[in-house]
Amino acid sequence: MPMTLAEKILARASGNKEVAAGDYVTAKIDVAMAHEGAAWVIDELMKAGIDRVWDPERIVILFDHWAPAPTELTAEMHKKIREFVKRHKIKHFYDIKAGICHQVMPEMGHVRPGELIVGTDSHTTTYGAFGAGGTGIGTTDMAVVFATGELWFRVPESIKFRIKGTLPKYVTSKDVILKIAGEYGTEVAQYKSVEFEGPTISNMSIASRMTLSNMAMEIGAKFALIAPDDKTISYVKSRTTKPFTPLYPDPDAVYEKVYELDVSDLEPQVAFPHSIGNVKPISEAEGIKIDQAFLGSCTNGRLEDLAAAAEILKDRKVHPDVRMIVIPASREVYLEAVRAGIIETLLKAGAVVCNPTCGPCMGTHLGLLAAGERCISSSNRNFKGRMGSSKAEIYLASPYVVAASAVKGEITDPRKLMEGKA
Amino acid sequence: MTIIKVRGRVWKLGDNIDTDVITPGKYLSLPMDQLKLHVLEPINPDFAKMVKPGDVIVAGRNFGCGSSREQAPRALKEVGIAAVVAESFARIFFRNAISIGLPVLICEGVSKAFDEGDILEADFSTGEVKNVTKGITLRAKPLPPLMLEILSAGGALELLKKKFGK
Repeated sequence: MPMTLAEKILARASGNKEVAAGDYVTAKIDVAMAHEGAAWVIDELMKAGIDRVWDPERIVILFDHWAPAPTELTAEMHKKIREFVKRHKIKHFYDIKAGICHQVMPEMGHVRPGELIVGTDSHTTTYGAFGAGGTGIGTTDMAVVFATGELWFRVPESIKFRIKGTLPKYVTSKDVILKIAGEYGTEVAQYKSVEFEGPTISNMSIASRMTLSNMAMEIGAKFALIAPDDKTISYVKSRTTKPFTPLYPDPDAVYEKVYELDVSDLEPQVAFPHSIGNVKPISEAEGIKIDQAFLGSCTNGRLEDLAAAAEILKDRKVHPDVRMIVIPASREVYLEAVRAGIIETLLKAGAVVCNPTCGPCMGTHLGLLAAGERCISSSNRNFKGRMGSSKAEIYLASPYVVAASAVKGEITDPRKLMEGKA
Repeated sequence: MTIIKVRGRVWKLGDNIDTDVITPGKYLSLPMDQLKLHVLEPINPDFAKMVKPGDVIVAGRNFGCGSSREQAPRALKEVGIAAVVAESFARIFFRNAISIGLPVLICEGVSKAFDEGDILEADFSTGEVKNVTKGITLRAKPLPPLMLEILSAGGALELLKKKFGK
């Protein structure tokens, strides 16, 4: 029987020749990633009286949610994890030094096409951009993985988004995924595996593809896959010497539904509070006053995102009433942005640049919102209370929109700003 | 066959109740005995005080959307919620709930069939959901055997412990 990419990945991982949507399988995990969630994994293991890990070489641990520790409680959490890492000789441990998990994992060569990767973070779907089956799990399930290296999976149904057309200038993959969330709702991929394909995807950079796969989580996706191409293979080979076998969907595989989108005329998109599905074109958002502009996160904190903001902010200033917070997604991104002069441009414009971390995206530190404040953010969620006060508002958009809005102090169409019309 | 039945007083919630609403990120590093006092705080600051052990939640679509934080189902369980029955769930929340031993069930029409304070009776192995107060019976798809096995063991780790033979 022909198989989708999700079926291929789960068939290989479970040692079956064939699996089909709806089957329950026990699969071997190729890589298990945990951030500070590891502290709760350790608690679960201790409660169960298990003091072993299945394979210290297949576990990756790093700190990104509270890095460096902003409170005594989180410092204790880090300490507990560091001790666990030493005791169990976890090979790949990056402490607070590397950045956000979903950027660091591919950078450090831990994401390989065809493999099955679980993480204690919902945005683990990001690895689908490399043709890897990445999915988020909770800390109890991760404790099971740490102990046994195996986990049960229900083989998901698959849907496909076929995307064509050249993205207009100042329109990005973030606008594509927001458009999808707005058009089809935040449950269109519930329990399902998404495959993105088409000429627009082929032309996209690896970083832009990662934004798509990352935010596909917000439409419910279990996996958000892009079949590997030359770009994928050359990126992965530049990051790891470990062998891997890319998997591809069969041409006659069965999809529950195929959605076709032409993005040639797509406008920048904005998700209004308090749902990712509450999306409107920028023309309906222009003029909304903002107090904070946040550029960063696992969704849009990569080099091309920082470069996009620098393009807007070059020889411009952040509006005096706006705090613009920039957080590169990783140390490597930060370093490259320094070398390229991007950080200098952002600093000169009046942005505040923080160390690579999740920061205010999930409301833990580095720029929380007070009651009544509004933030335009390149991150992934605008839930009530997500970035601080439950009475604050979060608008989600691309790095271009975030930067243009920071300049004007209100939500701004980057195309108009750059053409001198805003 | 494993039989899991729950009977409790209903708390009614809407669509898209996300994990930041259930357990806000700013409290996430707190120990569970403190974190649970903030459960559902953004939409009902008194929820943790008012909920009684054995109460159940009836919700709309996409319950638990957002983060993979297991604290969300756990905090609900810790304040005494015995089960969540919703029109639909976000994937990770659903899986986490099963893994920590909180019964959850997808049941179409449940939102309309219940008002706050009604008494719900649910059988997770047959999928029968009853509004005892109103005399309405709904049929949901029962949980698959694997999930029932995890729930009756009390969670995924408890099941693992059994398998380790300890």
